[in-house]
Amino acid sequence: MKEEQNGRPSPIGKPVSLFVTCMVDMLFPETGISVVDVLEHLGVTVIFPKGQTCCGQPGFNAGYWQEARVVALHFLKTFAQAEVIVTPSGSCATMVRHEFPRLFEDDPILLLEAKRQAAITWEFSEYIVAGLGVQDINGRLPIPQTFAFHDACHGLRQLELGREARTLVGNLENATVTEMDEHDVCCGFGGLFSIKMAEPSGAMLGKKIMAVLNSDAQILTGDVSCMTHINGGLAKKGTHQRLHHFADILAEGVRKS
Amino acid sequence: MKVRSNQFIELSQIAVKDEALQTAVARATHIASTNRVKALAEVNQAHGETLRQQAAAIKRSVLNRLPELLEMAEANLTANGCTVMWAEDGAEACQLALEIAQKHHVKKVTKSKSMVTEEIGLNEVLLANGIETIETDLGEYIVQLNEDTPSHIIAPVIHMSKKSIGQLFEEKLKMPPTDDAAEMTQFVRAELREAFLSSDMGISGGNFIIAETGTLCLVTNEGNARMVTTVPPVHVALIGLEKLVATVEDYATLTQMIARSATGQKMAVYTHMINGPRRNSELDGPEHVYVIFVDNGRSRIYGSEYVEVLACLRCGACLNACPVYQVTGGHSYGWVYSGPIGAVVTPLLLGQEHASPLPFASTLCGSCKAACPVDIDLPRMLLDLRRDMVADGVGRGAWQLGMKAWAASMTTPTRFNLSGKAVSLFTNTFKPRRLPGALGGWTDHRVFPSFAKKSFRDQWRDREKKGKPMQEGDDQSG
Repeated sequence: MKEEQNGRPSPIGKPVSLFVTCMVDMLFPETGISVVDVLEHLGVTVIFPKGQTCCGQPGFNAGYWQEARVVALHFLKTFAQAEVIVTPSGSCATMVRHEFPRLFEDDPILLLEAKRQAAITWEFSEYIVAGLGVQDINGRLPIPQTFAFHDACHGLRQLELGREARTLVGNLENATVTEMDEHDVCCGFGGLFSIKMAEPSGAMLGKKIMAVLNSDAQILTGDVSCMTHINGGLAKKGTHQRLHHFADILAEGVRKS
Repeated sequence: MKVRSNQFIELSQIAVKDEALQTAVARATHIASTNRVKALAEVNQAHGETLRQQAAAIKRSVLNRLPELLEMAEANLTANGCTVMWAEDGAEACQLALEIAQKHHVKKVTKSKSMVTEEIGLNEVLLANGIETIETDLGEYIVQLNEDTPSHIIAPVIHMSKKSIGQLFEEKLKMPPTDDAAEMTQFVRAELREAFLSSDMGISGGNFIIAETGTLCLVTNEGNARMVTTVPPVHVALIGLEKLVATVEDYATLTQMIARSATGQKMAVYTHMINGPRRNSELDGPEHVYVIFVDNGRSRIYGSEYVEVLACLRCGACLNACPVYQVTGGHSYGWVYSGPIGAVVTPLLLGQEHASPLPFASTLCGSCKAACPVDIDLPRMLLDLRRDMVADGVGRGAWQLGMKAWAASMTTPTRFNLSGKAVSLFTNTFKPRRLPGALGGWTDHRVFPSFAKKSFRDQWRDREKKGKPMQEGDDQSG
């Protein structure tokens, strides 16, 4: 709501163009389906612009801004008709919202479109709570469950998110939300960091896994990149516990079984 | 100090396996961060983030007026009886300090903690010229005794346990074995009393210089800086030329912020405000006070887009808050400044070719910016440094080809889909335990993710075929 005062147009009553993200598309398609199910449950029309690929963040964060710009330009073209863009990732939403305007700052025409798309892009939980003003999606889980969240860094510190997803999950019937230890500490992924600096990244992951295993709750998160990283570590450790995207829990709550 | 910043990856690999270091650094950074948050919560509760916002604004206004404030500071320091000198680089700063020492026939120097003297390697120059130089901050004293280097801006021996310090004292000082911190401190205190009384010159750094009054400000917790700056007949302060404030009121705001951010204290135990040498009516204090403003790359940063980094108070809060620093410790960064601030200033001060891994030693999680008392956007600067390095061709290697291929596969949905399917087929068929080449580190700690049998876009197509009321977006590209 804060940003609406800063000129973000209200998304109410407009069709949503889903940016599913490259990782959800290839690794976690069921999370993309969950997002669609929840949005449709809320009466929102969902469009999937088929030309979509990636927001350009991997290249951008690695310093390859020319390459990132090529990918970002493709994004701008793909979403040129969009009135509202929703994505199940705080990290990708940050890329579009904060970095696109920087990538195109030397091109007045593309900058205009980059700023337009930045203003209409929402992370999934933010769209529902801050955008639509919905705190409770009227969902019910079949059995009582307790959840805790791992806060993904970009969503938490660049978009100031965290409360929204907790509210939505907490308002599901049969759901309880608690906190895990060090929920706001980075899991050590950082894209290229986890490859280039695999040892420090692994040490950070080790701490996060301890926190996950110390919690009695089912751990949820809002970014599948952290999820891939942490779940990869949990699997390597031979445990059966896994993180889930909160969209999957919300969808479970609203699906007619 | 030898620069080893290009070896960050190798040094950090050793550090993460060093159990003593892991325990010591994790514990100390956790305590410091918790105390910082608590100390700031006290003020934030009453005033929101206004203290931090004020501090940030003060330092930015200093940067906007830096040339003018430096002239004002020089005039007022001189009026107070100090001798002001300017050093363009580290070598010149060391030479100036050495010449002062030689002019006053100095044989023994006591020093309070100063990062800028670490940066310019002052101790080595003084020692090489036959001047005994003794560090008097307890942490720095231990570093010197151990022939080590500081691994944290404000906690030089954060990487050491009490036990290992006890062993060092036993070996080097012939102190009876102990791991009791108070006992060790008392022992060193007695040694240092002698040093203070017998030294001919004191060297300090400086946290701030107040331009309108010509006042050198130091915050410490051990009281050693008071001895260093008042007992010997000569006091030399070396200070980075960015460390100014305009007014006493601005100083009052920043001094609250620096103590809370560094150690979680409301105020440092000792706050020194030095207005020149001893006056006729005064009993104590040095006869001569010299202030050396050190540039050493700072004016180059001042003229660049990274100017904001000169707002840094050197409080160390970003180190404590950084999850990378917490597992690598400070020595991995290979030079004087470590953690997120080190990852930014090291390449800026030394040149990116001497510190090419450092801007990549971050997950861009943003904890540093959140902890910074003056809200420096360190993650933004790390991103910009990465961009500069790629543009200048520093340390890019094999990644360039990969990035070109990535960009090509991401600009049409067909290529995107095909490359996804290819990786998916490969990984799901062979289920690699260890990825090849540079990617291998990933699979040492993590199982490589399985790709979905059917991508979202394929499932979307199926849903459409089944007649679910879905809309296809305008596909303008690809």
